[in-house]
Amino acid sequence: MRASLLMAGLIAMLASAIWAGEGQGGYGPVIPEATGEAHPEGNDYMRRWHMSMMRHDRDVTIYEGKREQNASLGGCFECHAAKDETGTPVTYADERHFCRSCHDYVAVKVDCFDCHRSTPEGVEEPAAHAALGGLLFPALGADVGALVAYLGAREVGQ
Amino acid sequence: MSCGAKKDVSRRDFLRSGASLATLQLAPGVTLMAFGGSEAQAAADAGKRWGLLIDASKCAPDCNACITACQDENGWKGGGNAETDVQWIRKVTLKDKSSGRETSLPVMCQHCESPPCVDVCPTGASFKRKDGIVLVDKHICIGCRYCMMACPFKARSFVHERVTNQKTHAPRGIGTVESCTLCVHRVDEGRIPACVEACEAAGHGAMVFGDLLDPESEISRRLAAYPSVALRPDLDLNPGVRYREI
Ligand code: SF4
Ligand code: SF4
Repeated sequence: MRASLLMAGLIAMLASAIWAGEGQGGYGPVIPEATGEAHPEGNDYMRRWHMSMMRHDRDVTIYEGKREQNASLGGCFECHAAKDETGTPVTYADERHFCRSCHDYVAVKVDCFDCHRSTPEGVEEPAAHAALGGLLFPALGADVGALVAYLGAREVGQ
Repeated sequence: MSCGAKKDVSRRDFLRSGASLATLQLAPGVTLMAFGGSEAQAAADAGKRWGLLIDASKCAPDCNACITACQDENGWKGGGNAETDVQWIRKVTLKDKSSGRETSLPVMCQHCESPPCVDVCPTGASFKRKDGIVLVDKHICIGCRYCMMACPFKARSFVHERVTNQKTHAPRGIGTVESCTLCVHRVDEGRIPACVEACEAAGHGAMVFGDLLDPESEISRRLAAYPSVALRPDLDLNPGVRYREI
């Protein structure tokens, strides 16, 4: 996972160059709107460093038992729970999920949600959420078609 | 995290003030607990060693309250496949062959002082916190399952299937190994493990949780007053979980 986080970081840096316009109608990903106050660090900082912040705080939590951390996935979803038409927060299996809005754009598949829930506590993750995981372990069910659909490719060269 | 940050700070203050109300400082490092349980831990404390004392004579053979509570708390309910379902805690029945007398007791990770699971782990994912709680850092675990073979108590499980709806405080997923965490997320907040609470609520009170290094703690006083054993004492692992009446 470390490699994928690092890569996400690098790509996020590169992507920030074309971030102007925030993607709404222009270049770049379409970022779901958040609730709550803006990050005092600024969005650019969060885009560049969110993975390092979470990695640091998770280590402090698991080894030192300090659980009052600011950077946590649970914390992210307090404000960044993208919702479907019915107003229910979507899981990572849905391409509207907050994390996917950027990671899909830069073709990075994070595996955070193999272990962490991708919705706020109390919001059910349906079985379809688990099915997405087949992409990581193809033997467990994903087929090339699903992979291609997920990556948004148009043709499969056989 | 701006909004989250504020909330965290007030929660931290709440925990700290709560702790000081509930406890009485007798001397530096010596604290009397007013209501049982433990002082809210700001962090893992090397001056403590958490343990359990389980009285098998109080454990009802037909009771599964501790297991259900652990499943609810940590979100590991099985998918109905006995061969691959994980099991953080199980009820074991011992039978004395000559008398036929049966004893029922829960067995979970024994939080060994010299944990074989940590010895054999090739990645460093298995580790012991400074307060004695043995955990798996699932970000590092490669799922090799060496630790499962090394554990003399069959305490660890491999997650074979995709998991959804994990608890925020207990992330768990396919391809990693897991075991009882002694409800570390609760311990860090000054609460007791879910199994101990459930056993108490079910009216059995067969389990006591506490600090083995504090001679004044309930668990230490009971250990000092009555005979108790470690499982497989021949292995010299000095587990944090102790048993009575087995
Ligand atoms: S009981 Fe097993 S899993 Fe727990 S610390 Fe001992 S060897 Fe490790
Ligand atoms: S399964 Fe994970 S925790 Fe167990 S020995 Fe292998 S790497 Fe270590």
